[in-house]
Amino acid sequence: MTTTSTPQSSGGDVRLHRISKTYGSFTAVHPLDLTIPAGSFFALLGASGCGKTTTLRMIAGLEEPTTGTVELAGRDVTALPPYKRQVNTVFQNYALFPHLDIYENVAFGLRRRGIKSVKKQVEEMLDLVQLGPMARRKPQQLSGGQQQRVAVARALINHPEVLLLDEPLGALDLKLRRQMQLELKRIQTEVGITFVHVTHDQEEAMTMADTVAVMNGGRVEQLGAPAELYENPATTFVANFLGTSNLIEAEVTEAGGTELVLTAGGATLRLPTRRCSTPARKGEKVLAGFRPEKVVLAHADDAAAIPEGHNRMAGRVKIASFIGVSTQYVVDVPGVGELSVYEQNIGRDGRLVPGADIVLHWEPEHTFGLDADQSLLAGTVGDAGADLDEEAA
Amino acid sequence: MAATDTPAKDPAATTATAPAPRRTSGKGLRWLRRNLVTLAGLATLAYLVLPNVVVMVFSFNKPNGRFNYQWTRFSTDAWTDPCGVADMCGSLGLSLEIAVWATVGATALGTMIAFALARYRFRARAAVNTLIFLPMAMPEVVMAASLATLFLNMGIRFGFWTILIAHIMFCLSFVVTAVKARVMSMDPRLEQAAQDLYATPVQTFLRVTLPIAAPGIAAGALLSFALSFDDFIITNFNAGSTVTFPMFVWGSAQRGTPVQINVIGTAMFLVAVLCVFAGQTAGNRRKRSKRS
Repeated sequence: MTTTSTPQSSGGDVRLHRISKTYGSFTAVHPLDLTIPAGSFFALLGASGCGKTTTLRMIAGLEEPTTGTVELAGRDVTALPPYKRQVNTVFQNYALFPHLDIYENVAFGLRRRGIKSVKKQVEEMLDLVQLGPMARRKPQQLSGGQQQRVAVARALINHPEVLLLDEPLGALDLKLRRQMQLELKRIQTEVGITFVHVTHDQEEAMTMADTVAVMNGGRVEQLGAPAELYENPATTFVANFLGTSNLIEAEVTEAGGTELVLTAGGATLRLPTRRCSTPARKGEKVLAGFRPEKVVLAHADDAAAIPEGHNRMAGRVKIASFIGVSTQYVVDVPGVGELSVYEQNIGRDGRLVPGADIVLHWEPEHTFGLDADQSLLAGTVGDAGADLDEEAA
Repeated sequence: MAATDTPAKDPAATTATAPAPRRTSGKGLRWLRRNLVTLAGLATLAYLVLPNVVVMVFSFNKPNGRFNYQWTRFSTDAWTDPCGVADMCGSLGLSLEIAVWATVGATALGTMIAFALARYRFRARAAVNTLIFLPMAMPEVVMAASLATLFLNMGIRFGFWTILIAHIMFCLSFVVTAVKARVMSMDPRLEQAAQDLYATPVQTFLRVTLPIAAPGIAAGALLSFALSFDDFIITNFNAGSTVTFPMFVWGSAQRGTPVQINVIGTAMFLVAVLCVFAGQTAGNRRKRSKRS
């Protein structure tokens, strides 16, 4: 165990090798390889029941993997109990000790390792999370946000190799959650410890993490930087779970060059070959996807003004809802179905009301292609796979 | 008791029978309606406390003859000489000793049973859960008689040990019930958090589990002490020639009741009240210092 005198712990790599967890006949986590580089802010993102919390608990040592190994800073810790791992956890609902005051909660880890003079460190840590004056209060006398910061302080004071956060902001209201997201990011930058963050909130994951692993059904669907995942989803689950996507089934009519040419509902679409995550041959089906905010809505009368080379589809406005920063439209495109379009509220076109004939268009560069052999609805709110109970884990 | 019952019944009867003339009713009725809860509370309190007050008052009596049932005149004789009755303080000491050991035994065993029942899934767990309640549900006389039969057949001599074994047995269910409720409501993540923060299993138990379960354990222990100290039926069947304090009181009631019995009763009552008060003030002070 390292001494706590080093204020700037560099953190360590986390390496999961073929790690899996089964409960009876239910597989919570399928064999998984994952490397989390030292000092990074890593998010495991997925709906409840996807195995993200189980994965986290296996890193903490609170859950024994069925197969595979956990390596921390180059050391195999699979067989070590949680109290011998240089890892600390911020639990969902915090799990602060109700019989101890804030000071003793924070000092708990140091005292268990036999460190006598904890005063200076505890006070510094309470200052870092701006809770100095609360030291002698009991956890139940604090607000949710304050309790959350105590939980972070209690874990961080031990200078772990890795800090694990299990839905740390789940119990906070939206405004406080936004504030704590930035706060956690600041603390992580300040202490430089590897953070592994489990969340079901895609916005939270994208705001905070350097790297996001999207999990679904006990497997990692895609891993990458938030922008990369958002712009280049590799599966329909990722496309739908991170933000919203319009997905259209299309047939490849031309392939081989730098651009694929597709037809869907009578419209011809173009898709850069490198943005298609599946090998597409002529005559096969692919899913063409594009984000609602990348689409421009033009009234049918102005169709002539649409730039040359844009993908375009004709349709009719079905619903227009004014959100404030934007207006969200549902557009009915014959032969394709309903598509959603978000328009920034700059110079709103008064003609775009339900029933209006429109043409929607977007740059081919903003189209992505996915394997057609998967559910269009994976990762959407109504998707049954997302409703599994996480508590089973 | 009749005197305490009437004030409780009175206001209830008035409101129940006369709700119709609400507007026209006088000030008295309105006052009654507003203070009904307070009155009912006070009446209930009187109902609870009055027997104790009688015991206390009669501890200062100087009865004519051997029975302390009629007030004659004030005296502190019994208080200045509490052990003046032959064998009484000996039986009191024995009762206290048995109560302490029964409390220790029942609390230790009961706490372990409670943890096992709350934490682990094992064969016959449901059956154990039900059986634990049996001593509480079974008529005491039945249990007393069957225990006596059991001891007789096993050839165990009646005395201190048979009483202690019997007391631990019937205290157990109360401890288990009190502790189990507490352990069941405990967040299992607290122990995981302790382990995550470098506490070994032993440290986790001593630093987190036990302190959080402590109020339940304390409640079980207090109940055990009270139950054991004043148990008569089971003790009487299993004591042989040993005489505990309740047995002494019962025995002496046949021949005459010394005032000293009231003195001991009063003293026990005051000690209990003092303990409760001390606990509350300590709790309040801690809360106040936290706020500042």
